[in-house]
Amino acid sequence: MDSESERSASSDQPTGNRKSFGRPETRRQFLKQFTVTSAALTLGPQLIGGSSASAAEKTAPVTAENAVDVRLKINGKDYALKLDPRTTLLDCLREHLHLTGSKKGCDHGQCGACTVHINGRRMNSCLIFAAMHEGDEITTIEGLGQPENLHPMQAAFLSHDAYQCGYCTSGQIMSATALLKEPCGPDDADVKECMSGNICRCGAYPNIVAAIQSVRQNKEKPA
Amino acid sequence: MKTFQLTRANDNEQAIAAAAKSKTAQQGADVRFIAGGTTLIDLMKLNVETPQKLLDVTHLPLSKIDNLPDGGLSIGAMVRNSDLAHHPAVQKNYRVLSEALLSGATVQLRNMATTGGNLLQRTRCMYFRDTAMPCNKREPGSGCAAITGINRGLAILGTSEHCIATNPSDMNVALAALEATIHIRGAKGERSVPIGDFHLLPGNTPHRETVLEPGDLITHVTLPPPAPGNRSLYLKLRDRASYEFALASAAVVVTTAGGKITRARVALGGVGTKPWRSPEAEAELTNQSATDDVFRKAADAALRNAKPQSQNGFKVELAKRCLVHALKTVTQTA
Repeated sequence: MDSESERSASSDQPTGNRKSFGRPETRRQFLKQFTVTSAALTLGPQLIGGSSASAAEKTAPVTAENAVDVRLKINGKDYALKLDPRTTLLDCLREHLHLTGSKKGCDHGQCGACTVHINGRRMNSCLIFAAMHEGDEITTIEGLGQPENLHPMQAAFLSHDAYQCGYCTSGQIMSATALLKEPCGPDDADVKECMSGNICRCGAYPNIVAAIQSVRQNKEKPA
Repeated sequence: MKTFQLTRANDNEQAIAAAAKSKTAQQGADVRFIAGGTTLIDLMKLNVETPQKLLDVTHLPLSKIDNLPDGGLSIGAMVRNSDLAHHPAVQKNYRVLSEALLSGATVQLRNMATTGGNLLQRTRCMYFRDTAMPCNKREPGSGCAAITGINRGLAILGTSEHCIATNPSDMNVALAALEATIHIRGAKGERSVPIGDFHLLPGNTPHRETVLEPGDLITHVTLPPPAPGNRSLYLKLRDRASYEFALASAAVVVTTAGGKITRARVALGGVGTKPWRSPEAEAELTNQSATDDVFRKAADAALRNAKPQSQNGFKVELAKRCLVHALKTVTQTA
């Protein structure tokens, strides 16, 4: 949480207070700002260093024992990184590349919130060391569609109200899009079985299944 | 997680030589091969596994499935569980293996997990996974917290006073019923181990789970040719309909002729400290009619030596019913 708030201070607020009414903020921007503010309130200026921006400046450069040079291809873009070998793909995406669409739920391969595609197949990025995936094609939710050009599955999740809190949603959508190319039977029960690696604590399952089936049956209209 | 050195192994010999420097290939290994990582990274995050060196074996040429001249099948150690489960030869000739694989974990995990890694899957005993608790498997001599603790999911067959941890794999149970052979290349050359001899009973040394020695690399698994006319099935009973470890499971491979069982192979999962082949059940079935009475006798024989713990007594009857139901289903004429 600390590193997240420090980073948000550097990346989202380079010129200090930029808040202006009339400018739409994303939920993430709001949450990051909120986190920074609450951290400042909790820790006090002596620990934060007076302002969140200067806290970011004080962050020590990453040094790691046994660090490895890694080249990763994510959403079609190449990244050259120096990583602690312990860095999971999920942490690499979120903490190093700021691709925070992939979520950390259980961090033990049990909940599916971190699901990404590697060479077209869905996997749990929390149980993968990033450094083992040089040369692989990695796709995250950020590479699937854009707000103005949603993937049909993203559109289907919207139109079927297939989420409540949204935390599991990117993992659900990554699993659901991979499922389209997998040997999955036609029935709802088949979809439920194939989606059992994605847990939704809100219980949006019926709508998730409906969204997936609508895409499989080509019922989804382009967004 | 403790830090480690990560190296990509480019050929088998290099991997074997590097791993041979480990003081053990069992619990506490300082050098580990890593492939799918679904067990190892999980346990490293819990500090149950603390290797100093990881050898990435995912680029070794061990990813092929080949038909053998004798009609059997060779499965590379790096073949992912998904690929194995959906392979046409497995679906046609070794249905029980496909069903077992597809009953385990999730699509994501099956896309990652490998054949070699699944053979080495570690127990889900919560005391093994918790470094704050005693566990003879993790820390030899520290005691077994499960025997007096929460043991509902643990083993009733092959246990010892030192360990009652269940082997959690579904694949291993099918491989036991199919009489698979594990092929290993090590510092001293190659050898082949029948799956029945590959996993060890806990006895006094629950930290030793397999016959693997430092440097030993599982290269492939072979299956004998399918028994002519056999039908096979994997039945898994669990607390949830999907994505849950077995409370009891049965892998059966049965050949019948004129209502009589001419050949039977039976293995149980979720109840044993290792994938539990039951020659006792097989003897009760062979040359008998395919009737409920015979199935029940076979099930009684399979569980005769069961030793339930304080919370898992239900598994004795559950495993029996599981086996009876599996045998009934597999011998039903279409």
